[in-house]
Amino acid sequence: MSHAANNDASKGLVVKQAGPLALIQDAGRFGVGHLGVTQGGAADWISFRWANWLLGNAPNSAALEIVMGGGLSFETESEVRLALTGADLDAQLDGKPLAPNASFTLLPGQRLVFRQPRQGLRAYLAFPGGLNAPEVLGSRACTAREQLGGLHEDGKPLKVGDRLTWKGAAPTVRRIAAGQGPQMPASNCHLPIVLGSQVAAFSGRSLFQAFNQPWTVDNRADRMGVRLTGPALHGTLTGIISEGIPLGAVQIPPDGQPIVLMNDRQTIGGYPRLGALTPIACATLAQCLPGTQVWLTPVSASQAQEDYRKQLTVWR
Amino acid sequence: MKPGIETTQIEAIRIKIRIETAAMDALMVRLFDTIDEANMAWVIAADQALRCAFGAALIDLVPSYTTLLVHYDCQQMNHAEALGLINKTLSGLEPADTQAGELHDIPVWYDESVGPELPLVAKRAGLSVDELIQQHCNHDYCVFALGFAPGYGFMGLVDEALATPRLKTPRRKVAAGSVGIADRQTAIYPLLSPGGWNILGRTNVPLFEYAKRGEPLFRPGDKVRFRAISREEFEADGGDTTPMEERP
Repeated sequence: MSHAANNDASKGLVVKQAGPLALIQDAGRFGVGHLGVTQGGAADWISFRWANWLLGNAPNSAALEIVMGGGLSFETESEVRLALTGADLDAQLDGKPLAPNASFTLLPGQRLVFRQPRQGLRAYLAFPGGLNAPEVLGSRACTAREQLGGLHEDGKPLKVGDRLTWKGAAPTVRRIAAGQGPQMPASNCHLPIVLGSQVAAFSGRSLFQAFNQPWTVDNRADRMGVRLTGPALHGTLTGIISEGIPLGAVQIPPDGQPIVLMNDRQTIGGYPRLGALTPIACATLAQCLPGTQVWLTPVSASQAQEDYRKQLTVWR
Repeated sequence: MKPGIETTQIEAIRIKIRIETAAMDALMVRLFDTIDEANMAWVIAADQALRCAFGAALIDLVPSYTTLLVHYDCQQMNHAEALGLINKTLSGLEPADTQAGELHDIPVWYDESVGPELPLVAKRAGLSVDELIQQHCNHDYCVFALGFAPGYGFMGLVDEALATPRLKTPRRKVAAGSVGIADRQTAIYPLLSPGGWNILGRTNVPLFEYAKRGEPLFRPGDKVRFRAISREEFEADGGDTTPMEERP
């Protein structure tokens, strides 16, 4: 199978109805944290990697991160092979359910619709060779707050009439073996956390509570941070001098309710932290609907790195 | 050592450097415990040394007032190796030449329509609005850190008398170019964003034209001097005189 590369802007995927949030994302914007620019990138980077893998794309190829669904729909102007991974958003092709974690062909005249979350929160839609989008500071990641990235370079989500085009020709079609592929989190899932030095400032009781009872994912959750609710955690530090914030940092503001800082977090901040969720845990949390119960499970940095490296081997 | 909370101390010439685990693949280098302009020479020196030492294994390096967050590529080195490299790089660290920082002249239109907290800050300081403006302009502020938003520089230290706590309820929209004070810090909002600082005026100087320059106007260690201009000058420069709509 060989088709010419689709660089013709008149042949694209057109947004017929906009949902609550669909953003162009890649792996993120790195090496710019010292400029005050946030990392961005796919929140569930594991599902994102699988989506690109299914089409034989380079791992950092720009794809769509679709949150909730909410009626988001597309029509294509030319035949295209797409890959869909991550959350089950009750996606339908001309009214027929689409299998998750697989690639499929979309033909002109057909309509692709994302309805509502049935499992997980964020779906990833990959395109042959990756989406065309302007590269800003080394990345195509879209961050609304910073007005960076996206089709119109304003960081805004997809809207009706937007036309997506892609870089590649016919992709290599791959299939995910049974038992592999992204797993959507179940309630009472474990989120590995690497402890930071500020844990010493929390009371013994608070530390016991932090790791020995479930936390509830709050509805105050977005790409910047996810609030967890449970017993209030207290320590001797109320604020610290602002310092760099790593991905997954679990900060404890004065109300004692943790906020996990995600991809679009501010680069520096001044609340004390328990530590940071591992990147794998961040991907899990990014798929948790409000109300999901999660456990913070301490892990050493070395063990977390071992698990991370093992995860990366699945795409080799 | 317990996993995840080890602290390493290495001897530098005059400062004690602590290295703490911050995340799976990030270490926090802690140089100081208080905010001081004199810190900047050390933070800048550590920043340069670490960038050099880590090279392609560095994913991000975020310096702040007293710390540097080192995010390294754990596919290229493990936790112990990163810790060792920081230790080796920073032993015998010498402060950088802070005179190397740029001095920026920032024209500001101080007016209640675009700087609604002018009267509040003046009243707290026991000054007239004109005296407050003069005081705010009468100092070369040090850029301590960039963060919060692209190109947003945390500057200080503002005269003790002018120090004003953040608004109880942050504004949902602070106009781009707004110049504000929070405690003993001052800053300019690079783009329209929410914020809780006390706003005194507005500048038309672009802080981060990433398409044109690729990097922000300010760098840590730079100095900033504000200069009061009239509405006419501000407008002639293309400044946006739309009043701040939302009141706290």
